[in-house]
Amino acid sequence: MSGVVPAIRIQREDFDVDAEIFGLTKGRTDIGAVVTFSGLCRDEQGALSALELEHYPGMAEAEIGRIAAEAVERWPLQGLTVIHRHGKIMPGENIVLVVAASSHRQAAFEAANFLMDYLKSRAPFWKKEYLADGSEGGWLEAKEADDQAADRWKKQGE
Amino acid sequence: MSTKLIYFAWVRERIGKPEEDVDLPSGIETVGDLLRWLKSRGEEYENALQYPDVIRVAINQEHVGHREKIAGAREIALFPPMTGG
Repeated sequence: MSGVVPAIRIQREDFDVDAEIFGLTKGRTDIGAVVTFSGLCRDEQGALSALELEHYPGMAEAEIGRIAAEAVERWPLQGLTVIHRHGKIMPGENIVLVVAASSHRQAAFEAANFLMDYLKSRAPFWKKEYLADGSEGGWLEAKEADDQAADRWKKQGE
Repeated sequence: MSTKLIYFAWVRERIGKPEEDVDLPSGIETVGDLLRWLKSRGEEYENALQYPDVIRVAINQEHVGHREKIAGAREIALFPPMTGG
């Protein structure tokens, strides 16, 4: 297990992807790979005007913390940052960010992928759609494909 | 002992409140028992918990299954499958 302490932030405000990468790498010479994933709000070909992200304060931090702790245990990471926004988010804006830093690319790729798969199905956030015609589009339904994506990371015997 | 129940997303909207404190009657031992009891409390609960299998539950801010015992729970949250990320 590495001694890396993941940085977890649940916030209403936007984030700066470049600044987050720099935050993990500045002053260091041992990091060979940084993988970032950012999730953005898309407008569904003009049909969507905004997303409202509801979250469970307290548990959102705790659950993402548990997922991140598992990631640093499974992969040799030198830094890990996870940011998830809540509140109203407009098309084109950021929703989520994972930055994984490691000596080599494979660990960074896999850890970022694992985190996103688990965030999708276990982090307590719910998206409600607002449509371009001014109506409330309702709550997004969870996709079975997201559950299956998370299941593939299970270790044998789980 | 009173237990805090918290609701999110469409579970919250259908029940019509974000949270409440309840005194659980004796005999409510598991999450499944709790869901069955809540469902009998009125039309809004019936509407929210019509398909109990889809309801996800957290006790003290950790995911649990429907067979989990609820003894000692301070805070129990009920919500739909999550759609974050």
